[in-house]
Amino acid sequence: MNVLSIEGLTVEFNTAEGKIRAVDDVSFVVPENRTVALVGESGSGKTVISQTIMGLLPEAASIASGKVLLSDPTGAEPPVDIAALERKGPKMRHLRGNRVAIIFQEPMTSLSPLHTIGDQIGEAALLHRNVSGSEARELTKEMLRLVRFPDPQRALDTYPFELSGGLRQRAMIAMAMICHPSLLIADEPTTALDVTIQAEILKLIREVQAELRMSVLMITHDFGVVANMADEIAVIYHGRIMEKGTAKQLFNDPKHDYLKALLNAVPSFHMDKDERLVPIRPITLKSEDLTSNRPHCEVAPGEPLVEMRDVTKTFTLRKGSLLGGQAKTMTALDKINLTIRRGECLGLVGESGSGKTTAAKTILRALDLNGGEVLYNRGKGLEDIANLKGADLMDYRRRVQLIFQDPFSSLNPRMTINDTLMEPLEVHGIGTPQERAERARNLMDLVGLDPRFLRRYPHSFSGGQRQRIGIARALALNPEFILCDEPTSALDVSVQAQILNLLQDLKRDLNLTYLFVSHNLAVVDYVAERIAVMCRGRLVELGETRTVTGNPLHPYTKALLSAVPEPDLSAPLDFAALDANQASEPQLWPEPFRLTDEMEPTLVELEPDHFVCAPGLKNTGALEGTAA
Amino acid sequence: MLYYIVRRILMMVPTLLVISFLTFFIIELPTGDYISNQIAALKSSGESSSVAKLEFLRKEFSLDRPFFERYLVWVGLWPGPHGFDGLIQGNWGWSFEYDKPVEQVIGPTLPLTVVLNFATILFVYVVSFPIGIFSATRQYSWGDYGFTFLGYFGLATPNFLLALILLYFFNRWFGLSVGGLMAPEYIDQPWSFNKAMSVMAHLIVPTIVIGTSGTAAMIRRLRANLLDELHRQYVTTGRAKGLKEGRLLVKYPLRMAINPFIADIGNLIPSLVSGSVIVSVVMSLPTVGPVLVSALQSQDQFLSGFILLFVAILTLIGMLISDLLLAVLDPRIRLGGRASS
Repeated sequence: MNVLSIEGLTVEFNTAEGKIRAVDDVSFVVPENRTVALVGESGSGKTVISQTIMGLLPEAASIASGKVLLSDPTGAEPPVDIAALERKGPKMRHLRGNRVAIIFQEPMTSLSPLHTIGDQIGEAALLHRNVSGSEARELTKEMLRLVRFPDPQRALDTYPFELSGGLRQRAMIAMAMICHPSLLIADEPTTALDVTIQAEILKLIREVQAELRMSVLMITHDFGVVANMADEIAVIYHGRIMEKGTAKQLFNDPKHDYLKALLNAVPSFHMDKDERLVPIRPITLKSEDLTSNRPHCEVAPGEPLVEMRDVTKTFTLRKGSLLGGQAKTMTALDKINLTIRRGECLGLVGESGSGKTTAAKTILRALDLNGGEVLYNRGKGLEDIANLKGADLMDYRRRVQLIFQDPFSSLNPRMTINDTLMEPLEVHGIGTPQERAERARNLMDLVGLDPRFLRRYPHSFSGGQRQRIGIARALALNPEFILCDEPTSALDVSVQAQILNLLQDLKRDLNLTYLFVSHNLAVVDYVAERIAVMCRGRLVELGETRTVTGNPLHPYTKALLSAVPEPDLSAPLDFAALDANQASEPQLWPEPFRLTDEMEPTLVELEPDHFVCAPGLKNTGALEGTAA
Repeated sequence: MLYYIVRRILMMVPTLLVISFLTFFIIELPTGDYISNQIAALKSSGESSSVAKLEFLRKEFSLDRPFFERYLVWVGLWPGPHGFDGLIQGNWGWSFEYDKPVEQVIGPTLPLTVVLNFATILFVYVVSFPIGIFSATRQYSWGDYGFTFLGYFGLATPNFLLALILLYFFNRWFGLSVGGLMAPEYIDQPWSFNKAMSVMAHLIVPTIVIGTSGTAAMIRRLRANLLDELHRQYVTTGRAKGLKEGRLLVKYPLRMAINPFIADIGNLIPSLVSGSVIVSVVMSLPTVGPVLVSALQSQDQFLSGFILLFVAILTLIGMLISDLLLAVLDPRIRLGGRASS
């Protein structure tokens, strides 16, 4: 029996420029107790479909034609056509949260910060299940137990800001499940989460689904998630369904060119080292103008360019006030030793809060250190960047540049692209105005954008184009070392492939050195020659990319790797092996990896060029090194 | 929570000390003082008989001492000619202009000032809230445009003009006596029910006049704040649960949007006092505003110093109230420590 069947749905938006068709003649079904994945890039109309089902379409949108039939598998209520219901009417309200429920991408913002979890979850029960306040509280507790909250009783009275992202998403799931809906819409439920937590949430959705015999409509752009969750798949592009079928059919024998292209754009661990991703919209770049007159880098390839020695950084969480109160500190970096060699791409991997961005900031000298030093080789041997002043510091700033994570907030909306690209040149006083303008045009060519776009403002560009502008800005000063702080985590897979290829081409053509910070192991595996894994401010494993991903030695790296969903049906996630929160708790690591707060995180060379943080092996004769 | 309240109140003591010092410092900035100005005036007119009395007064109020000592004597932390006798001991000082203790000069006006301020704040909140919510939820509707227009109108109209117009009509329609805070026959009469009613009736016009601009500004801000919140994800979450629009609005976005308004209570008070001076003069309201202006002009330093300090205390109390309300309403403030520990 089909819980949801959409027939010929067309949704239009009334805009100032006329009607825009966001969803065009879409038909698919969600059978009982099955998971259907709706896959597409951003802007493809997948969220509009979820809004239609929930009756949450914005005012400007209207359903031009089609049916959205919701059936009750228990047969207690007759099927209803949601498309025909008044969106704000009582009939639609009766369905929402009761028979269809939704969980959103961003667990940080989808819960009200001013109300307790118990209040917000129980509200749905109060609305639909005809229960008293205390019964609702009991039900909520039951739901929190079902979504594996550690202490359901206590959790009832906690506020969202007291919970981690993973727990908030669990609370969202509990809220969606409390009325036992027959259909759950999961709108990118794990995109904002770390891989280990993503795996836990996916596992949870599966378990809850099995327990309540519910259907799931999974909206996502991540083929790794699709491969692990979906029974059936519908691929959507520009509001139209391109291809649909069972997961097996689509993964083993994709028919439509768009789906083939999408699958080719996803990096996976099985790729050969020299295999390239194929972006859906490839870009051509012209780098001749820039490669010809680049300043020569005096450091020989393979020599250390940046070296972090015992770098320690602590943050003060709460200051002691005038009238008492203890100052609280948190160690963001604990004696990090790391060398970045000229010409390589070093991947820095870890969950959020592991200190990887802090590490990148210390290299930029954007933060003052509490201990240790960061050394940089400007051709005159390694020197401590903390001692740089005046012209030397400006020279250092020219050599080291940053590419930001969020292409939307990292460009000033009030500056044209031309101004954005020329600003670094003006700051450093390079060239005449004519030369700067020439340089800006060359930079646009370099990242494959039309130089005629220079007069536009950032808002007229897509996310991928903005990120290319951000890359062009970072290249304006002819740097030799670039810090990439999660440059693709805000982008679609198709655009991600484009950006990753661009970064690789630039590295080759301009002899750049990268520190590539990311939480996505597959991406790092694709771009990096060596990988450094961080956890709770410590470096836990370091080695050649293929050595680390193929033969991880540290329990944390193992957990991280096993949690990455692969876009491949033959390599499903091992949900049974997932151990909640154990892997990122240094005290709980097995010997010899166990690490307490007082212990120094010593790196031990267990294999040639493969370092692991194992304090227990420090004195047992294993090769000891400083991760050179 | 109790610890928080106690700590918050204790924090007011050093703040008050700093404010009192600054107040005193600023008042003493112009050269000379009330008495030395008087002496100079008398000397230039050749009259020197009362100079001796004024010299005596200078000594009496320790105006002949150095600056820091004068300040400490005023506050009551340093012995003056009559031992410790300053603000802390309850002596509000002497008004030279009125030749009376400050207490007697502004004593009767203080409660009325507080009442007027309180009524105005109440008016601002009671009027701006429903209108702000209406404008935000029906953005770009005729109602929204209408209130926006009225709001700008209210901001742009000079207060004294509005005061005169309203006084005229209230007098024509309801026979309300022009000016003052009560009908003339109740002045200097003991408090009675009728007198209280008369005060209430006379409060209406000044409250509206002083409150209009504040109301207009607050409508605009509530509208902007609420519009920001209405598009947040948690509102969609609430709607997806099947909540009715009205309950949804009150429970989630409105709760978030009112934070800045509660935080504003403390800031409203000084602007109301200083902003109402012209209105008080035009409507001859017995509030401290006009007294403050004349005291500043004539360098009647103890009087003006005390009024400024009084307004500062009102502000501090307002801020205390808003901080406590915020802690009650916003768990992030109340439990901020718990989350990070």
